[in-house]
Formats: sequence, C-alpha cells, structure tokens
Amino acid sequence: MKVSAIITLKKDVLDPQGKVIQQALDGIGFNHVNEVRQGKYFEIDVEENDPVKAKKIVEDMCKKLLANLVIENYQIIETQ
Amino acid sequence: MKSSVITFPGSNCDRDMDVALNKFGFKNKMVWHDDNELPKSDLVVLPGGFSYGDYLRCGSMASKSKIMHSVINFAKSGGLVMGICNGFQILVETGLVPGVLLRNKYLEFICKNIFIKIKNKDNPYFKNLDKDIFEFHIAHNEGNYFCTKDQLKEIEDNNQIAIYYCDNNGQTEDQFNPNGSLKNIAGIFNKQKNVLGMMPHPERMIDQSLSGEDGSLFFKNLINNIK
Repeated sequence: MKVSAIITLKKDVLDPQGKVIQQALDGIGFNHVNEVRQGKYFEIDVEENDPVKAKKIVEDMCKKLLANLVIENYQIIETQ
Repeated sequence: MKSSVITFPGSNCDRDMDVALNKFGFKNKMVWHDDNELPKSDLVVLPGGFSYGDYLRCGSMASKSKIMHSVINFAKSGGLVMGICNGFQILVETGLVPGVLLRNKYLEFICKNIFIKIKNKDNPYFKNLDKDIFEFHIAHNEGNYFCTKDQLKEIEDNNQIAIYYCDNNGQTEDQFNPNGSLKNIAGIFNKQKNVLGMMPHPERMIDQSLSGEDGSLFFKNLINNIK
C-alpha cells in the first residue's frame, strides 16, 4: 500500500528558503502571507497491506533516514 | 603513521587530502565507500565534496554507506576521525558529532578564505599549536551550524566547540560569521574529542604558491601529536 510522509522544519529552525519564497510571493501580488515554511513530501509504496504495519514501517524510515530529528518533524499519511 | 581517506561517489576533496596527508608524513590509503573493512589506520578522514549529489540532506546518504559501519566502530573505540566540509555533514548525520548543518543563511554558495580561532587545544588535533588564529578556506552551501538549546548547553559544558569563525585578530563578532552558524561555530568535537568535524579545508592551505601555509602547520602538528 502507499504511505506518504511529510517532513517539515521544526518551529525554531530558520528557513531562509521559505523566507525568500514568501518575498517572491509578495512580489507577484500575494501580500497577505504571514509565513512560508518549505518541507519535503515522500510517497512510498510499501509491500504491506496492513495500514497500521505499513505506517509503522514508514515511521521507522523517517526516524532512521528521511528526517533529521534535530531539525525536522515528520507526519505519516495513509494514501491508499 | 597510517591514514585512510574515504571516497564516496561525489567526493571531490579526497585526492587533495591524500596529497596533504602524504606530504606531511602519513602513509595514506584511499578507501572506497562500498568496502566493508577499514585498513589499519591512526587517522580516518571523511573528505569534502558532494557525496551522493547532496540528495535528501547533505551527507545523509553517505552516512548510511557500507564503510561507515567500520568508521563508526573505529570512532567509538577511540580512533581519530576527522570530517572536513561534506565530511563534517556526514559526521553529523551519523550522530558521531551533535547538531546539523543547514543551508547558508544568505542562500549563497560561499567560496573564500576565512579566519578561524581555535577554542579547545586539549585534544590530538590542536594540541601544541603555537598560535590560535588560522587562515583556512571554505567552500560550501550548507555550513550553517545549528543545534538545539539542550545540545548547545551540553557541547559548551563538555568543551566540544573546536573552532569559531573570526577575523584576522580573532574577533568573533557576527560580522565575521560567513554562513549564519550558531555562535560562529566552524567545527565541533564529539564528547571524547577523538572525532572532529569542521567546515574549513586545511588541505587547501599547504602550499605558499597556491594559497597559504596554515594548513601545513596544522598537518605537521597533527602527525607529531599522533606519533
């Protein structure tokens, strides 16, 4: 089944890319943006049909490789 | 004295490091990332470059490569492991040294000479050096050192900060911080001080006709400390 993981920067971590994107948005007329934070999105097809087990596997992937827990949080979403 | 330089796919300072180590008396071996075993070494170096094309996060892929099991075991048993630039990024991804290296604050690749000030000389890398301020070279896009407040307290309490960015007089004000690093940190030790990660490249300062000799002082002293 397919499981997705969203990796986001933790609140205290500076995101200079997000800041530049916000400025660019402002430049093209989106003037009501308080903040932009950039993250990563993974779609992973796991050989496992039990959604609980599949999510557990992807969570393990996040902890061991996909996210760096010093600066990032992860969120797991079952997509299929 | 024997040293090993690990080559990952995308390493590009591995041969410079080989030249530097051999020049100052190490018998260096190049070790491929896919090997299982480290040759007998007194020093292991993770060189600069763009291992695995900086995929996912700089150093994250290399930190999981085969040879790193041996490197981690070597470090945990007290062996000297030095990571320069991308090597520092690999070290933080293994967890051997605390913190992370974020994208430079002003989103620019920085390539220039800078000055660093040694914070801690009670270790095999900087012991016996008779000056504190060195001119090294930096070339990186992700050298912005960051760690959590708890980690910062711990590294300060354990005297793990190795070097700071500074000016030629050793001033460590914000304006001499090239990349936004927390507290101007340019290099960090592990708790035991046998593992050193730093962004600056001493191997680029080993010849007066190219750049300077501060790297020569560093390597000459290093081999004497290890002997």
